[in-house]
Amino acid sequence: MAVIDTRTTGERVPASEGLADWVARRGVAFWIVSTLLLVMPLLASPFWLGQIFAYSMILGLIALSLMFLAGYGGVVSLVQMTVAALAGYLVAILGDSAITQISLKWPWWAVVPVAVFIAAAFGTLSGALSVRTEGIYTIMITLAIASAFYYLTLQNYSIFNGFSGFNGIVPPVFLGIDWGGTVAFYYLCLGCAALAYGVVIYVSRAPFGLALQGTRDNPRRMAALGFDVVAHRVAAYAFASVIAGFAGVLLVWFQRQISPGTAGVGPVVDMLIIAVVGGLSRPIGPFIGALIYVLLRTFSLDVLEGLGLDGKRYQLVIGLGFLIIVLFSPNGLIGIWERLRERYRRNSDARASAMRVGGGAP
Amino acid sequence: MSAVPQREPMNAAGSANALELRGVSRLFGALAALSDVTLSVRPGERRAVLGSNGAGKTTLFNCITGDFGPSSGVIRFFGEDVTAFPPQERIRRGLRRTYQISSLFAGLSVIDNVYLACRGVSRNRFSLLRPRRDDALTYAAESLVDAVHLTAVKDRLVGELAYGQQRQLEIALALSGAPRFILFDEPAAGLSPTERRDLVHILTGLPGHIGYIIIEHDMDVALRVVESVTMMHNGRIFKEGRPEEIESDSEVQELYLGGGHG
Repeated sequence: MAVIDTRTTGERVPASEGLADWVARRGVAFWIVSTLLLVMPLLASPFWLGQIFAYSMILGLIALSLMFLAGYGGVVSLVQMTVAALAGYLVAILGDSAITQISLKWPWWAVVPVAVFIAAAFGTLSGALSVRTEGIYTIMITLAIASAFYYLTLQNYSIFNGFSGFNGIVPPVFLGIDWGGTVAFYYLCLGCAALAYGVVIYVSRAPFGLALQGTRDNPRRMAALGFDVVAHRVAAYAFASVIAGFAGVLLVWFQRQISPGTAGVGPVVDMLIIAVVGGLSRPIGPFIGALIYVLLRTFSLDVLEGLGLDGKRYQLVIGLGFLIIVLFSPNGLIGIWERLRERYRRNSDARASAMRVGGGAP
Repeated sequence: MSAVPQREPMNAAGSANALELRGVSRLFGALAALSDVTLSVRPGERRAVLGSNGAGKTTLFNCITGDFGPSSGVIRFFGEDVTAFPPQERIRRGLRRTYQISSLFAGLSVIDNVYLACRGVSRNRFSLLRPRRDDALTYAAESLVDAVHLTAVKDRLVGELAYGQQRQLEIALALSGAPRFILFDEPAAGLSPTERRDLVHILTGLPGHIGYIIIEHDMDVALRVVESVTMMHNGRIFKEGRPEEIESDSEVQELYLGGGHG
């Protein structure tokens, strides 16, 4: 894709390392953010925990699966939101909901693996269909699959219950904890997000992830090195779709309902916006993008009305924000952060050398 | 001419040629980039393919590696018919190539580029586990980086390397795994005189069982590292011989060495 610079580097680190090195190598920012996220329930109100942070992490997970494909594989897939929505629907269909004539009432521990597996299989199949194409054509095919799924859920009543979808879905109670509680659900989302984030970083430096980055930079050369590029890309879809599938399960537990609107073209494109705004170059980007998106969505209405404007124009604010970020930094917010850090480092280097030259005071 | 067993049917089993092309043609629309090329190279043989621009040299390489298949004809690699194989299957059988325009992974580090090349011809290409510190392929990649004098920059992104360094990395990628036969596409293009000397050194220092074909415009490089030469013109093979025969051939000189574009 020429429009979006999807070039990504995994951190260049030795192939393996001890725990102490690992702790030391994470920056200060990493530990501050981790600690903040862990103690967040002490600091934030239930509204912020649930509606802002938990929701951001769920959307971030879906966008992470898109980032994995786009950032490491150079494949922009719009089908990831659909994969998540399918997993969400399956939770409602196989598990319990208010639509008792359809829901099969399986226990949650049977529902989740089956839902994720079927969703991942669907994502892999979509990948297999689109993977021989490049750039804009991949986007078109995956968008077509996403719209087809949206209309299927809208028009099919026997399985997807049409326009009204499913409501009354509740997160399970296990280990003596009601995971529908705000704090418990926050930690569930945090755990899933941290796990997926760690796994993506780990895999980016494993042979599979490296080879995927190779197919992004130069597919023809990859074949000339003995790799099967098509098989590699399909496997990347499978990997990314597992992440999206788990995110879909969390999403339906969070919303407690699911309807065609979840899989509509709007949310499908929103995922791309989230990933691009955050930055496709690092796995943290999608989470930052999701947080910005959720904040804008939640508060732009109040801000607009406070300014005496029509509150319904919040999409306009999101669109403008997207435009500004992409104009200033093709690598999203991550790109801006990296540039600032680079400038700071250069300035401090320059100061240090000026001091050496001037023989500054001890 | 005995040094160059050319245009002979393949011998009895056991003495298969490293590379055997029979009547290979490649059409681009109405343009025949290659027409009826028949060529045999023995195992371990080193050969130059010369010819002016548009003679079909790089197309010949693309057909051999399968980057795109021939329109007609048969290609055998160590006796095995590989005509219908995708590139990766040919590579896994020991064929390697370098590209005229460096074809690397700009977003990855030098060591990762070579590591991928080593990984491509091994098992576990889809492994989700990071290699351990004592991983044999990591070691192989590091010694290859060392062999092409790039150890000092092994953690740099390839996109940031100087041109000459990228050309050296090209060669490291081609030497990865266990190559049996390598196609070098203008390896000396754009190199400084010192780098050219290094290149000649690397090529002549390759283990004897590794044969290669080299496309090269620089005669000082090409004729010093091969034992046979194939001349191409307009997609056809037009002369074969030893380097000194080709150098002194009047027809060749007119057409290629001094003939200009007349």
